[in-house]
Amino acid sequence: MVDAPANLPNYRYVSRKRRTKEDRRFVSGRGKFVADVEVPGMKHVAILPSPHARANIISIDTSAALAMPGVHYVLTGDELGEATNSLFHGLDLPNVIWHPLAVGMTRYAGEWVAAVVADSRYIAEDAAELIEVEYESLPAAVDSEKMIDEDQPLVHPAHGTNVLFRKTWEWGPVADDFASMPNTVSYRARWGRSSTVPIETFGVVAKWDDVNEIMDVWASIQMPQYQDQIAAALRIPMNQVRVHNDVDVGGSYGVKRGIKHTVLVTYLTKKLGFPVRFIEDRLDNMSGGDAHGPDRIFDITMAFDDEGVIKSMKIRALDDVGAYPGRAPLQLGKPMTALCGPYRINSIEYEAISVTSNKTGQVPVRGFGQSPTNFAIETGLERVAKHLGLDRIEVRARNLVRKDEFPWKIPPGSIYDSGDFHAVLDGIIKTSNWDDLVARRDALRAKGRLAGVGIATCLEPGGGNNIFEFLFNPKLEITTFVESVLMKVEPTGAITAVMCTTTSGQGHETLVSTIAGEELERDPDTIRVLHGDSLEALPTRSPVASRMAIVLGTATSKAARDIKSKMITIAAHDLGVEKDQIEYADGEFTVRGNPARKLTWAEICHIAHKQFHRMPPGHELGLQAYAVQQVPGAGGLPDENNEVPLYPCFSFQAHVPLVEIDPDTGKVKVHDYFIGHDCGTAINPDIVRGMIIGGVAHGIGAALYEKFEYDADGQLLAGTFVDYLLPSAHEIPPVVDSEHCTPSPLTSLGQKGSGEGGYLGAPAAIASAVNDALAPFDIEINELPIRARDIEAALYEKTR
Amino acid sequence: MKAAAFDYVRASSVDEICRLLADAGDEERKIIAGGQTLVPLMAMRMARPDMLIDINEVAELAGINDHGDHVSFGAGTRQRAIERSDIVSDRLPLVAKAVRNVGHQQTRNRGTIGGSIVHGDPSAELPMAALALEATMILRAVSGETEMPIDGFFEAAMVTNIEPGQLLTEIRVPVWQDARIGTGFHETSSRQGDFAIVAAAAQVALAEDGKVTRAAISVGGAAPSPVKLHGLEAALIGKSADGFQDIIALVDEEIDAETDVHATAEYRRRVTRKLVSRAIDDAIAEAGK
Amino acid sequence: MKQVEVTLNVNGKDTTLTIPPRMTLVDCLRDELRLTGTHVGCEHGICGACSVFLDDEPIRSCLMFAVQAAGHRITTVEGLLNEDGSLSDLQDSFWECHAMQCGYCTPGMLVASESLLAENPDPSEDDIREAISGNLCRCTGYQQIVEAVQMTAKRRREGAANG
Repeated sequence: MVDAPANLPNYRYVSRKRRTKEDRRFVSGRGKFVADVEVPGMKHVAILPSPHARANIISIDTSAALAMPGVHYVLTGDELGEATNSLFHGLDLPNVIWHPLAVGMTRYAGEWVAAVVADSRYIAEDAAELIEVEYESLPAAVDSEKMIDEDQPLVHPAHGTNVLFRKTWEWGPVADDFASMPNTVSYRARWGRSSTVPIETFGVVAKWDDVNEIMDVWASIQMPQYQDQIAAALRIPMNQVRVHNDVDVGGSYGVKRGIKHTVLVTYLTKKLGFPVRFIEDRLDNMSGGDAHGPDRIFDITMAFDDEGVIKSMKIRALDDVGAYPGRAPLQLGKPMTALCGPYRINSIEYEAISVTSNKTGQVPVRGFGQSPTNFAIETGLERVAKHLGLDRIEVRARNLVRKDEFPWKIPPGSIYDSGDFHAVLDGIIKTSNWDDLVARRDALRAKGRLAGVGIATCLEPGGGNNIFEFLFNPKLEITTFVESVLMKVEPTGAITAVMCTTTSGQGHETLVSTIAGEELERDPDTIRVLHGDSLEALPTRSPVASRMAIVLGTATSKAARDIKSKMITIAAHDLGVEKDQIEYADGEFTVRGNPARKLTWAEICHIAHKQFHRMPPGHELGLQAYAVQQVPGAGGLPDENNEVPLYPCFSFQAHVPLVEIDPDTGKVKVHDYFIGHDCGTAINPDIVRGMIIGGVAHGIGAALYEKFEYDADGQLLAGTFVDYLLPSAHEIPPVVDSEHCTPSPLTSLGQKGSGEGGYLGAPAAIASAVNDALAPFDIEINELPIRARDIEAALYEKTR
Repeated sequence: MKAAAFDYVRASSVDEICRLLADAGDEERKIIAGGQTLVPLMAMRMARPDMLIDINEVAELAGINDHGDHVSFGAGTRQRAIERSDIVSDRLPLVAKAVRNVGHQQTRNRGTIGGSIVHGDPSAELPMAALALEATMILRAVSGETEMPIDGFFEAAMVTNIEPGQLLTEIRVPVWQDARIGTGFHETSSRQGDFAIVAAAAQVALAEDGKVTRAAISVGGAAPSPVKLHGLEAALIGKSADGFQDIIALVDEEIDAETDVHATAEYRRRVTRKLVSRAIDDAIAEAGK
Repeated sequence: MKQVEVTLNVNGKDTTLTIPPRMTLVDCLRDELRLTGTHVGCEHGICGACSVFLDDEPIRSCLMFAVQAAGHRITTVEGLLNEDGSLSDLQDSFWECHAMQCGYCTPGMLVASESLLAENPDPSEDDIREAISGNLCRCTGYQQIVEAVQMTAKRRREGAANG
């Protein structure tokens, strides 16, 4: 259970144990997921994927498929490529053309070649089998590292190289700092191609209404500027696209970005005149959904003194985004936000390389590239400790930013808002009974087992100021990352808030109602929160990077405070006193010093909506407030040194797992997991706790089980749930979460982000524990996932 | 992932099933029992029968019975029933240990012992245990009933020697009458409940002096089919708890390990030795109690 | 396309449908009967999102064709509600413990948990993890689900002791 932070302010609803608003519909089986959306007359799509990793399409014969009863249309890449614009890339890549269906060439095994529209998904699959495609199979580009300097088949011949982006930044005096330090360690850390893989696949239903010229879209989406991208691809105005944000999204963690699916389906409904639905099946999703995650090789050198204090680091990160980059290369940019983790490192050289290959495309994954980077940094802390023979915790403590140093600016320009890293680290050492864990480890070792205790710290940037995009593509001169809320109080006093994004498990309705309830002293259970559609929408960016807690949460406070202020104005006028004479508490507006003179909440609502004669002259009728919130601290472009403040709020965690390894099979069992956590003010403790533990589980998956493995020819070997292994309840240990609270000075109630930290820290912590277990054999594995066979093989080599 | 179209017949007797199989002509007719292996193959269109013959409602195909020298399982007996069976835990402790490693509650509620054997998945646990104990399979066709030893039934990965027209109706697993019997079952899988990467089953009988008088050993997952380790079984006779490590290398000669996405051939070979060794250890220790 | 007539008993109610034999039970529940609480996650028998009761045992409804279910009782998440439409104690405990985030795996988790509690009124944590190990959840890390099942077991034991 969660330890309540000792310094909790006296909130009524915030940070209190409260049931969420969303869960009731889910336990009743009444969630509304995209596959539950039934639009009368809708037809169903099935996809024909390419069996080749790289091939020229010589011809496509759709006649047999079209002749099948129940089949309405077969779409190929030539038609769709003509009729729609290339999909959006984060980088400026004019010669990397991306269409939902392959045009001329297929670039990965599983890429979509044709789409069938039929009365049912069953018939559509039957027809897809009848499409005859003649391919000229070509050698594929598969090995990420060879893309830089070896002669490889070109994924996008028009682009001329498989390197999509390569740039080096230097922040601070790297050469001088290296020269001044007596020690360096250099190492490689490798992050395997994995992803978040939600249990719900991506799906989209679209209906074009040609009389009203409206494209209605229901989708399992979590993406910034979705409607913008649909409109751009279809060459229609944005006000013809209506995305329904009231669809429950069955998990996303970043990856629900089905723009190509949506362009395919919206094109089809517009062309065919009836609603069209495409729900990925698991095979579509794993091989053709373009939802893989980072696939990264880090080469890092750290320079440090004899006490283990790190002064400088050089990082080279090479990331393989697969065949179509989309926004994926920008995942090398977000980590600039916390490029030195929670540590006081003076200077950094960072080379970011993004390459394309004949693999399924990559999308943003929980943390937007931060989790691999954190794993790579923490691997370095382990190396420094080992090099000097120092304690792993002590080395971290010596490098952490100190409590009295906030706000702390790191070399790339981010400003860490607040924290007490040492308190959290000390706290988890106590909570986990570190010495006891070590004793248990040693007892296991004495019995002939391998066992290890891990440690990792982790900084979680939240709030999503994505101005790093500008450093990757100056055409993305975007400096606002806005969220907004509309709050209305009905004549009867009931409160409704409208937000305009989907939700995928983060509990946004709970968030908004809790904060509004706190600010207005009204029971959150009585506050309704709606997800407005994109045409009703208020300016919004996206529910990523805990932006809802930080930016929408602050907007909610603002709107609520505005409502309260308006009500006080009405009360003061009606009671004939100055505004500052009105006190508000518990739904009553009272004249200070004269408790008999008061108006109730309901009375003021009645006045505002119905009694013009009692309203202050010139005052807006009704009771509504609209708050638009910029990301705190954001707004500027990078300076001449490429420094710019990135995300505003920084949460912190320290992770401590105990693992046991079967020496014969190499199988890892995670016995215990402790996490010390500081995300400022937790709006709903159960939601925060779920996010942390779920993130840890996801991180354990990335550390030990999950990989989209490819063979040398570019065939995906892990395209089903039999081969791509999501951890079950057996693989995830009980997690003990210990909360600390350092409020952010930048948000309305001191809240920070909590959606990513578990995932950002767990892979490093598990690797630390596994390597501690292997240390007696002088084995170190810095490539994730670390699978049983990798451990067994390393042990075999050492002991044979 | 939708199966190709098929005709469906819900069979009500073994005779009816055999007739339907015999009358197949050019059609591919497949038996569906629990469907836990077949339906995913159909969903991926790696199997596309013209007709499915549903045997789930044929009462004579289910049930566990103790016949003294053997226990019989109707081919349609659910894995869940085996897991819950007192006959199995009393009489066939090796099968009881094996079934604990099979899948999850939802799959055990549907999956059948017959389906598991007939599909010939190299890493399925129940076929391994049946193979170790030299089960006899009863096969029916319109031409009559045949008995077939399970050893030799598994041809290759997902391929068995069942003939077209034949239905597996019953599996008879011998019950050893020896005084001192012990069993061991060890498995490693990526996640608990997954098919085995390697699994080892052992049952031994001991003499009064603690020496092995009889041994049944099989492995699953290690090779394209479950394998009975005849050489090791023979070599184990006369050995005792601390005296068999020198013969464990015999395992290597009896398995033909392969590499796939879950493990390398080398891993499978080395881990097979270790798990066989553990299974024998457990079996001897249990028999010695 | 080949069609057959079949009568299914779902949540205590018989419905006669004409469907192709190849229609899976989960597709039939969702698309024909519009019981959309049961979800599709993988269609190859791994994720457990489609778990329903067949008679009194949980099964994966993606691994069964709807025609096979004729003559059996099927219970879905919608059928777990109390007769007056209120939440069952298990559903209520899931809500109380926030045993979900996105809610997609939740119906399957409820089915797997209900099955355990029917058989074992006082399950250990290991028993619970085993019972739900065939149901994948990507959000929670399972812990709040385990706690919800523990809470339900305790409520039932106390209810039995008191009443």
